[in-house]
Amino acid sequence: MRKVAIYGKGGIGKSTTTQNTVAGLSEMGKKVMVVGCDPKADSTRLLLGGLAQRSVLDTLRSDGEDVELEDVRSAGFADTMCVESGGPEPGVGCAGRGIITSINLLEQLGAYDESENLDYVFYDVLGDVVCGGFAMPIREGKAKEVYIVASGEMMAMYAANNICKGIRKFADSGGVRLGGIICNSRNVDNEYELIEHFAKRLGTQMIYFVPRDNNVQRAEIKRKTVIEWDPACGQADHYRNLANAIDGNDMFVVPAPIHTDELEGLLLEHGVLG
Amino acid sequence: MDGAAGHSSDDGPRTAAGAWAVDENAPLVTRTRSEREGPVLDHTPAAVMDRKALRINPAKTCQPVGAMYAALGLHRCLPHSHGSQGCCSYHRSHLTRHFKEPVMAATSSFTEGASVFGGSANLLQAIDTIFTTYSPDIIAVHTTCLSETIGDDIPTIVSKAREDGLVPEGKHVFHASTPSYAGSHVTGFAAMVAAMVNNFAQAPSTKVPRSRRRESTPQITVVPGFVEPADMREIRRLTRLMGLEPTILPDTSGVMDAPQTGTHDFYPSGGVTLEELRNLGRSVATVALGRWASRAAAVAAENRCQVPREILDLPIGLGATDRLVGVLRRRAHQEPPADLLDERGRLIDLMGDAAQHFHGKKVAVFGDPDHVIAMTEFLSDLSMHPTHVITGTPGAAFEKRVTQILAERVPGAKVKASADLFLLHQWLKNEPVDLIVGNTYGKFIARAEDTPFVRFGWPVLDRFGHTYFPTVGYMGAIRLAEKILDALLERRDRDAPDEEFELVL
Repeated sequence: MRKVAIYGKGGIGKSTTTQNTVAGLSEMGKKVMVVGCDPKADSTRLLLGGLAQRSVLDTLRSDGEDVELEDVRSAGFADTMCVESGGPEPGVGCAGRGIITSINLLEQLGAYDESENLDYVFYDVLGDVVCGGFAMPIREGKAKEVYIVASGEMMAMYAANNICKGIRKFADSGGVRLGGIICNSRNVDNEYELIEHFAKRLGTQMIYFVPRDNNVQRAEIKRKTVIEWDPACGQADHYRNLANAIDGNDMFVVPAPIHTDELEGLLLEHGVLG
Repeated sequence: MDGAAGHSSDDGPRTAAGAWAVDENAPLVTRTRSEREGPVLDHTPAAVMDRKALRINPAKTCQPVGAMYAALGLHRCLPHSHGSQGCCSYHRSHLTRHFKEPVMAATSSFTEGASVFGGSANLLQAIDTIFTTYSPDIIAVHTTCLSETIGDDIPTIVSKAREDGLVPEGKHVFHASTPSYAGSHVTGFAAMVAAMVNNFAQAPSTKVPRSRRRESTPQITVVPGFVEPADMREIRRLTRLMGLEPTILPDTSGVMDAPQTGTHDFYPSGGVTLEELRNLGRSVATVALGRWASRAAAVAAENRCQVPREILDLPIGLGATDRLVGVLRRRAHQEPPADLLDERGRLIDLMGDAAQHFHGKKVAVFGDPDHVIAMTEFLSDLSMHPTHVITGTPGAAFEKRVTQILAERVPGAKVKASADLFLLHQWLKNEPVDLIVGNTYGKFIARAEDTPFVRFGWPVLDRFGHTYFPTVGYMGAIRLAEKILDALLERRDRDAPDEEFELVL
């Protein structure tokens, strides 16, 4: 079983990319579980056809500790298993602690057991590695590989670089490695070259360049992944390609985060000056 | 099963040679020091290594203990610990170990869920339960590491409780922020006392005319610091002797030393009342005894009610008590009465009579900053040499103040704030002293180094009765001087060869 964590700047398209990739993997016949690690609990909406999932933490709160796996796990598109950690309402409590609690509970309930016959677990993690809780998926050997979703925009790259610092920190103890950068295109000038160069500097690869396509938004409004909504469209193939690239990936590195000045230099070289 | 019955029925009768045999003529304690196994701290190394984060045998505990103790000095107040159960249990039991009194306090009983979703639901439920079941007049909430770290917003939760009608008419809930990873039990105490002022003290609506003020006894607020109930009672007595009517804030006398009457009072008769708190603005001054434990409340009173503040040391020893009496004299426009001057005279008499025993003796002092500062000055006034002085509470001002006190008499004294007992022990290995003065935790060092030891400050967990006798004021100083002399002279008798074992010392 491969355990994969998806990180990236808030709003970059982590959940959308994750679910579409998972749809691609499932279509290939892989058995996949998605664990949403975002208090908003919207990481499995496209696979489940809506916000139909009771989050682990809500269940824990209302039902006490007698939680069954079936209470918190639902089957989505192409037999994907979907779980949402959930978390507190904005501004109260501790979302980071929520992720720790939730992942521990899933382990106790046997969600990762051999008997589940999973090929993949995907952790879709909110934003930056802001605290210990948000690092939970990559701690203690949980997720072994991380993909960072980024675009050619300055802040997305800045966040990606920061996440690399987090990965580096846990690389020795937890054995986590960076599998690559997924470029979710924002149509920035020279974006392909920029991210490819950026990835190289970090010591990794741009594993796939997902072009911008409004079909993604159309599918989202219908609460579906692109592959489910229009299996024949070009964007569906892009996600299939990304799924293939991840499935065949053998480049796992401890990233070397770069200095902010160097990052800005890259942008000048490829972006503004390019 | 009853133990005594067990011995006779299960184990059979004991013979004179059996394991249970007791020689009734033998003294209860027979072992001498040389026969004992090595003391617990025998292995403390003399070489001092530079340490940053590590603390070994800390000379402090955490903020909520102080906040809880302060809240107990508020009449009909139930302290409430907003965090997990263990925090509350430990703080209650630790206070009980010192005061030998039950300590009433409630907890938000955080679970995993509360840590994630915030403690709002728990605190609301607690407020409801507490007012319905235990009916205090006031709930004093203090936070803990957990509730601080997840960022629970207590004022918002408390106002929600009011909106929801969980706080009955005329009852109150207020809070102090006391994470354990900052400050110490002393700063937690200070934060809770300041919160009392900030939540209840009112500026007097109309100024009392000067003529009328002269007729009645002027009121003064005294913030006594983290001291024994007996100290608070003694401060009240001193202030009254000086012709002022004190509001002691907080006042644990009559709470933490409540008499045994045969009936249990959930809220004993002591404690500063809400009425007194509201009227703090009528005081001619707020006298804060001890910068660490009391200054914050005096500043709050000045800001809220324009009552001028006087920041003094704890009145432990001659000099510090003189300074308190000086301030009271100035505020009361009245000379000290003969009775008080007599007390002072008796202290000076004792200091003179026993000077030869005090003179030049080296002392190590540790404990809470306000206590240690005052004690250092007193020891110095007794012509003793406090050569090692530490506190566990952080604050560079401590080192500055103690060094200043000792500048002339003990210029080479070692002084450190944020220090621990391990360091003190290491210092003592390198430079032994004649006496250690500090709380119960010092007994291990005293035993390892075979050094006389006087228990002073908080906590004293292994002796009884200390809560009934003050260490503040002239009478308190007499008591401390006696304790010091007892310890020194007991040791002298113990170690004296027969030909020097004197009847008269």
